[in-house]
Amino acid sequence: MNTKERKDMAIWAVEYAKKQGASEVAASVYNSRSVEIEVREQKIEKIKESTTNGLSLNIYRDHKYSGHSTNNLNKKDLQKFVKEAVEATKYLTADEYRELPDPSLYPENLEKDLKIEDRGYISVNPEEKVKIAKDIENVARAQSDKIISATGGYSDDYSESVKVHSNGFVGERVSTSFWAGGEVTVKDADARPEGYHWGGSRFYKTMPTTDELGKQAAQNAIRKLGQTKIKSGKYDMLIENRSVGRLLYMFVGPMSARALQQKSSYLEGMLGKQIASPALTVIDDPFIEGGFGSRLYDGEGIASKERVMIEKGVLKQYYIDNYYGKKLGMQPNGGRTSNIRFDLGKRNYDAIVKDIKKGIFVTSFNGGNSNSTTGDFSFGVSGFLVENGQLVKPVNEMNISGNANLFWQKLAELGNDPYKYSSMLSPTMLFNDIDFSGL
Amino acid sequence: MKATINRRDFLKAGAVTAVGTAILPHFLSSCTSGPAATGSNMTLHDYLEHFGVNKQMITQIISEGLSKGGDYCDVFFQHMIGNYIGLEDKAVNRAYSDVSFGVGIRVLKGDQTGYSFSEEVSLDAMKSAARTAANIANSTTKVEPVAFETPKLPNYYLIKTPWEEISINEKIPYLQQINEKVFALDNRIIKSNVWFTDETSYVLFANSEGRMTFDYQPMGQISVSCTAEQNGKKEQNYFDFSGRRGIEFFTPETINTLASEAVKRTVSLFDAVKPKAGELPVVLAAGSSGILLHEAIGHGMEADFNRKDVSIFSDKIGKKVAKDFVTIVDDGTNPNIRGSINVDDEGNETEKTYLVTDGTMNSYLHDRISAKHYGVKPTGSGRRESFRHMPMPRMRNTYMENGPHKKDEIIESVKYGVYAESFSNGQVMIGAGDFTFYVKSGYLIENGKLTQPIKDINIIGNGPKVLADIEMVADDLKMAEGGWTCGKNGQGVPVSQGLPTVKVSKITVGGVNA
Repeated sequence: MNTKERKDMAIWAVEYAKKQGASEVAASVYNSRSVEIEVREQKIEKIKESTTNGLSLNIYRDHKYSGHSTNNLNKKDLQKFVKEAVEATKYLTADEYRELPDPSLYPENLEKDLKIEDRGYISVNPEEKVKIAKDIENVARAQSDKIISATGGYSDDYSESVKVHSNGFVGERVSTSFWAGGEVTVKDADARPEGYHWGGSRFYKTMPTTDELGKQAAQNAIRKLGQTKIKSGKYDMLIENRSVGRLLYMFVGPMSARALQQKSSYLEGMLGKQIASPALTVIDDPFIEGGFGSRLYDGEGIASKERVMIEKGVLKQYYIDNYYGKKLGMQPNGGRTSNIRFDLGKRNYDAIVKDIKKGIFVTSFNGGNSNSTTGDFSFGVSGFLVENGQLVKPVNEMNISGNANLFWQKLAELGNDPYKYSSMLSPTMLFNDIDFSGL
Repeated sequence: MKATINRRDFLKAGAVTAVGTAILPHFLSSCTSGPAATGSNMTLHDYLEHFGVNKQMITQIISEGLSKGGDYCDVFFQHMIGNYIGLEDKAVNRAYSDVSFGVGIRVLKGDQTGYSFSEEVSLDAMKSAARTAANIANSTTKVEPVAFETPKLPNYYLIKTPWEEISINEKIPYLQQINEKVFALDNRIIKSNVWFTDETSYVLFANSEGRMTFDYQPMGQISVSCTAEQNGKKEQNYFDFSGRRGIEFFTPETINTLASEAVKRTVSLFDAVKPKAGELPVVLAAGSSGILLHEAIGHGMEADFNRKDVSIFSDKIGKKVAKDFVTIVDDGTNPNIRGSINVDDEGNETEKTYLVTDGTMNSYLHDRISAKHYGVKPTGSGRRESFRHMPMPRMRNTYMENGPHKKDEIIESVKYGVYAESFSNGQVMIGAGDFTFYVKSGYLIENGKLTQPIKDINIIGNGPKVLADIEMVADDLKMAEGGWTCGKNGQGVPVSQGLPTVKVSKITVGGVNA
């Protein structure tokens, strides 16, 4: 199926559902392709190629709502699928807030190029992909004779979708991404600590080098040799940029309109109030060129815009989708995150760590969770003990615990070193006096 | 249950949804004339017809898969239907359905895997996918076709009525009743959400060794979450039942339990405190605490990790790892339990696998590749999320067998510690052995008694150390009843776990420092 056929199918599905009794309909038809390669001992361990298609439908029938998806795009089967979807919706309870977004929320201009599609996707040579994975394994292996296993990996994907709403929205989107990385295991006394590093780009040509990926993957394992837990207590906590996302996502659930309406947000009633230290400014920016979260419209067709979510620690807005926005009487602004960036600090990790007298540099999280209703959280962590500006030894098997309300007030400094390989462009962060549990 | 609509009546009254689900049974109309066969009474013939293929076509696909010199090829046809109905703000005002259909083709050359899939079951589309998978090898061979044999399999999840025959308006009253009960039980409840989920998977498998199997895999789940408010403070918690079950499982009694447990677990949090930070004795309540085994040992015993030498358990088979009364199994044969399977996703019969017998490490969990690598029989643990994924060694239902102690004596033995009762998630680093699980609720133990409730703490330990630190095991094994899903390399599969009351002498508990 080509793009035009996909669009025709979405238009057909909308029309056909309306004919069956739907009042309003949103349809999207999508196609995605991907390749995943894993190499070990310079042999292909696994290679997988995928192509998948699908149709998804949102049906509004006299303010009754249901959603459906199928990957069987045979026209005759689809007719039955749509018919049953509309029929089944009848049995639900009507809800006055169930309707498509107001057309004024749809984007006016879909021309902007976000640089998220590599038009050369299909011409990348399959042997080159395998070579990338093999090179990463070689680079990683060469870093230490303690390495007992190293794998190199490569993956890419291409996805396109067409979205049609019965009240006027039509959007098309194509994106690509290319990822590669390595996973390394080293032999310690009894344990076999592992480390990994992956990096990616929207374009094949700007992928990170195999040298960077292989070395970093190996380093991330090697630096854990000899890790132990240390005494429980309050420590300053420095967090590596790539791991900050885990903490930031503690905000995302409670900031959603659904959580507010369902009374399961500790941030209810906090608009305009200080919810974090003045060091924190969080911006949801959908227009970053090549960004992994970049988009012109969201899953509901609502036009993307730059949103300052937290400014100098003050909560400026929530993530408001169409349905819960209506239910709360709030203007929908798009219910999902796109790219998240920060007002950056002045120093990088190297400079910040030098000023820490006694603290823990957290490099990764291991499990844990947070409670969006109360803000309570507890996460497993590993990293390094820092004394007088130096990493003294690796630590693991520890927890941090607290409540988000207090925790974010303890944020002391942000670095100027945002992490590149994520839609969360987080810099190194420093917190004071965090509760660590260990021995 | 009083409000249940008689199914026959509905079949007569409801026109379009008569053959099916809430939102559909989406049998390929091209393959069937008249009503399609459903459920566990289906024969091999029905499955072939369901997927619109025959043995000759399958033979051709396998030949194509082996055409470049692969050692082995298998095909995995799957049709999955899922229905999700939700109640919020006292109304059943949302429903979702998902249909997924296709065939995965895998070719092996030694330890190497080539994989591809097709969402169309035309011979051309399937052969093309087979050629892609075939590229893992790079010579040419001519393959002699084999005759297929279909073994008779046990059935660990017979249900009364296939989910496709239960209509949406039969499920709606369950949600409404639970919601009413939740609000009636405690006037502090301000919100309640109830979800009714059913999923059905039809699988047809064949391989180049001539084995052909089929399976009908049902799953039902009801989950309830509620939020309560007291003196301006809010708390939320959750309870659910899930299993390879039909709608008959949801009796008035289970409906009552769903409502009362969800409410009890929520309102008890108002009094909850945090324990002291650091290493403490931890008592794990019988039931879903089996998450300890899943994370501390289960993943580390999946043989793909050991084949690559990257698990902390890689050199532990035959070694003493725990006290004599510790026996840990991973079992695919427990009737109606969420992780049970009649046959694994590589056509191998499932079994009860002993990971640890009387304190000694006994066996890994194997898929085809790892079993061949170690020269042992597969353990029926080769599982995959769907036809879009290649199989790997995975857990099924992981639990510890009963031990010599009593629950009361275990609690009495603790001066200051934690009693962990309900959990939301867990994780493990395979090589380092560090694992965690998140305790949603439980109690402090002070001077041998359960005292104040606790909430939202992460527990972190090291697999082999914690096994060695298991001090007491009671005689009250209980399986988890909730909807656990295990994630590995991006693939989710349904699992369960169980545990008798167990005491671990010390693990690091996330808490507050004085």
